[in-house]
Amino acid sequence: MSQAAVAEHDLGIEPAESPLTPESWGKLGMWVFLAADAMSFGGLLAGYGALRYGDPTWPVPKDILGVQLTAFMTFLLICSSVTMVEALAAIRQGDQRGLRRFLMLTVMGGMTFLGLQAFEWTKLILHEGQSIARNNFGATFFILTGFHGCHVFGGVTYLSAVLGRSVRGVVGAIVTAAVAVACTLGLIVVTSATLSGFVAVIAAAAGAGVVYLVATLLAGGTPVYSAHNNNEVEIAALYWHFVDLIWILVFTFVYLI
Amino acid sequence: MTVHTPEQLAHEQRRYLQVFAWLVVLTAVELAVIYPPISPLAKGLMLVVLAATKAALVALFFMHLAVEKRTLAYIALTPAILCVLLVFALLPDLGAFTRALTHATPVAAEAHE
Repeated sequence: MSQAAVAEHDLGIEPAESPLTPESWGKLGMWVFLAADAMSFGGLLAGYGALRYGDPTWPVPKDILGVQLTAFMTFLLICSSVTMVEALAAIRQGDQRGLRRFLMLTVMGGMTFLGLQAFEWTKLILHEGQSIARNNFGATFFILTGFHGCHVFGGVTYLSAVLGRSVRGVVGAIVTAAVAVACTLGLIVVTSATLSGFVAVIAAAAGAGVVYLVATLLAGGTPVYSAHNNNEVEIAALYWHFVDLIWILVFTFVYLI
Repeated sequence: MTVHTPEQLAHEQRRYLQVFAWLVVLTAVELAVIYPPISPLAKGLMLVVLAATKAALVALFFMHLAVEKRTLAYIALTPAILCVLLVFALLPDLGAFTRALTHATPVAAEAHE
């Protein structure tokens, strides 16, 4: 045992690294959270399958749901995963502006997804007569996609907080996250009221632009993240990729099969 | 904290774009699979394999499980294994709702008679 380890042991301090754990305890914590969250989605998907199997009244999903629109939403989330890895790659090179721009693009992808989901839900409820209480199809569809939508909403807020924190610490994180929440709620309301996918895309671009502008206005002082200190960005990226991964499964099981 | 060299970062970025291209292609294949008149079982199996492949690509490369320590891979695999077990646990209940709808007379009532 090294002298430093002996000293830590004597002081009762847990060592920061061990052969069994990754170099970041935060990363390990996020993975444990994601594993628990995956079980929630697994339970919902298994319940969906058990209710659907052998039910002759179950509608053919592609006859009711807009598969083309949802395929575009899947493409959007895949693109946002790429912008997220680019944000991490940028800060690993010490590129602060690249980090902010790619985070903004990722937030824009998430907001657009939520806007299009609001459009889809409004159309299904008002035009197709679907509801959570109508039948098992409606119940499982709205719970599964709604639960995932809540995760996207959380991800947009989380990434906006990381964007704010990158320029102005904790205060920046709180202000930027609050702005992101307000913009996202606004875009959901506007999209539902106008029932237009085009409005959803424009409102998402505007919302992400406002978040970026606020972060830019808050910028000043020493940046929090650097080429040597970017674990928090990587941990946030893990969450966002998980949201993308789960949507890949939801898209297949709920919309395609 | 691992510091990445410019060469490593350039290599990673090329890999990210390759994975992105594969994800887009596999999504397009999924859409192409749902329309032809093939058996629902074959269609379902193909879609599950395609979705699992896409999910694995995201986990291995975007979430870096391919290069992370094995501890994280074990953590990630645990819910997947438990979900498969959950599906097996639900097998006896499959179609129970439909059976309840189609057989109006309760089995218990028949037994009493």
